[in-house]
Amino acid sequence: MARAVSLRRRTIATAAAWLIGFLIFFPILWTIITSFKTELEAFSTPPKFLFFEWTTENYGIVQERSNYLRFVSNSLILSIGSTLVALLFAIPAAWAMAFAPGKRTKDLLMWMLSTKMMPPVGALIPVYLIFRDMGLLDSRGGLIAVLFLLNLPIIVWMLYTYFKEIPPEILEAARMDGASLWKELVYVLAPMAVPGIASTLLLNIILAWNEAFWTLNLTTSAAAPLTAFIASYSSPEGLFWAKLSAASTMAIAPILVLGWFAQKQLVRGLTFGAVK
Amino acid sequence: MATQQTRLLGKLAVAPSVIVLFLWMIVPLALTIWFSLLRYNLLDPGNESFVWFLNYEYFLTDPAFFAALGNSLKLVFAVLAISIIGGTLLALLLDQAIVGRNIVRLMVIAPFFVMPTVSALVWKNMFMHPVSGLFAWLMKSVGLEPVDWFAQYPLTAVIIMVAWQWLPFATLILLTAIQSLDEEQKEAAEMDGTPPLSYFYYIVLPHLARPITVVILIETIFLLNVFAEIYVTGTGGPAGNLPYLVYFQGLLNFDVGGASAGGIVAVVLANIVAFFLIRMIGRNLEG
Repeated sequence: MARAVSLRRRTIATAAAWLIGFLIFFPILWTIITSFKTELEAFSTPPKFLFFEWTTENYGIVQERSNYLRFVSNSLILSIGSTLVALLFAIPAAWAMAFAPGKRTKDLLMWMLSTKMMPPVGALIPVYLIFRDMGLLDSRGGLIAVLFLLNLPIIVWMLYTYFKEIPPEILEAARMDGASLWKELVYVLAPMAVPGIASTLLLNIILAWNEAFWTLNLTTSAAAPLTAFIASYSSPEGLFWAKLSAASTMAIAPILVLGWFAQKQLVRGLTFGAVK
Repeated sequence: MATQQTRLLGKLAVAPSVIVLFLWMIVPLALTIWFSLLRYNLLDPGNESFVWFLNYEYFLTDPAFFAALGNSLKLVFAVLAISIIGGTLLALLLDQAIVGRNIVRLMVIAPFFVMPTVSALVWKNMFMHPVSGLFAWLMKSVGLEPVDWFAQYPLTAVIIMVAWQWLPFATLILLTAIQSLDEEQKEAAEMDGTPPLSYFYYIVLPHLARPITVVILIETIFLLNVFAEIYVTGTGGPAGNLPYLVYFQGLLNFDVGGASAGGIVAVVLANIVAFFLIRMIGRNLEG
């Protein structure tokens, strides 16, 4: 039942919320607007908000100068690749933990979570040296392995909380009807697990896409994803604001869209099921 | 319920994940501990020698360590304060009957999805640039002297950028929690004419206690590890935190021993936080 709210209160709340929302969103909006300016106008004081000569030339130049598409494809390969590998490991593990829990399942889950608490700087030096000695620096394979390990605990946890919600009675019923383990998996569990797996996939692609500790430290160019590409704008190209904005817009746009779809999963995944 | 067969299968299903995670945790950690006891410089290979705790002695008495530790803590506390207080207020506001709430929520959550390197460069150049940045223009238009953020207040500048990314996270979590508050309870409070402050203090706040704790713990873990924002903006000198110092010692100064000692210090620090987080989530698992 809807609560009756006075018109005045509603107007004030709406105005305040829109104003604050706009201010928080403004840096992103400003980046998008600036990406359509010429360099001269991007730099002008007073700043031009809407009335300027709109141009898309920056996007072309960014691609031309730095082979932008290579960084995009690296980002795609790294984020999707590491997530898929992690799912391969995590689905069976989460399935077993949810449906055939042992005495130590809870401890195991806790322990997995604790690996996530390990600060990356504690592992940076040895991982860097191992990668150097094995020729894995600046390779996609090496980085996929790191991102996979980084996100595996979150993936297991998320899948576990989703699988937990599937009522075990349904499995029992299937078993009573004489379904084999294989049939139980394919016909009963899989259809119910797909939404959970999909949202886990989504959240982890986002996390891997934006990961900026290992990607900055372990790549230089060949395997560098967008995080590293944008970092290369810190100098001296950072002075070219319109191009920086165009490159930034392209780097964040796809993930912003995915992120908006994944809001609920984000809450659940990042709080390890503590807030739903 | 589970049969012998499923139990064995279950163990087999869990094993690969456990094994790779175990290796991922133990191998680098063991190596870091080992390196931290060596005099080991990448510019002087083949001359490693065992020096016991000399690296720790150097690292822990280095003024740079205290500066970095201070920056780490200031960053964590400042961003926590901004995101918890701001996030609670914002969540309360968004819980009102707002026209177009979904769109506002999308705008508020957006910064969380911006990759750290982008947010660092956009803030540094387009907003905080001392001459042509938007902030400089704003201050000049009201007759104030523009601030050179990264020269005068580097840590504050980093805090603003990082808070911009984490305020949305706190808001989203707390809003989710507030919305799960019993609708009838809200209605009853309203019918009784409860003053807003008492409503917040007696009904909302107790309900938010747990989500706020979760936000604090999770953000602390991430905030202790902030790196890209400092690295990309080149503020590592004045505003470098512990992760940056370790990176600097190891990959720029090639001092593997010293950097490893720093890494272990960071691990110990994070473990203190993790201890509480794990207990908290563990308790949750029971319920």
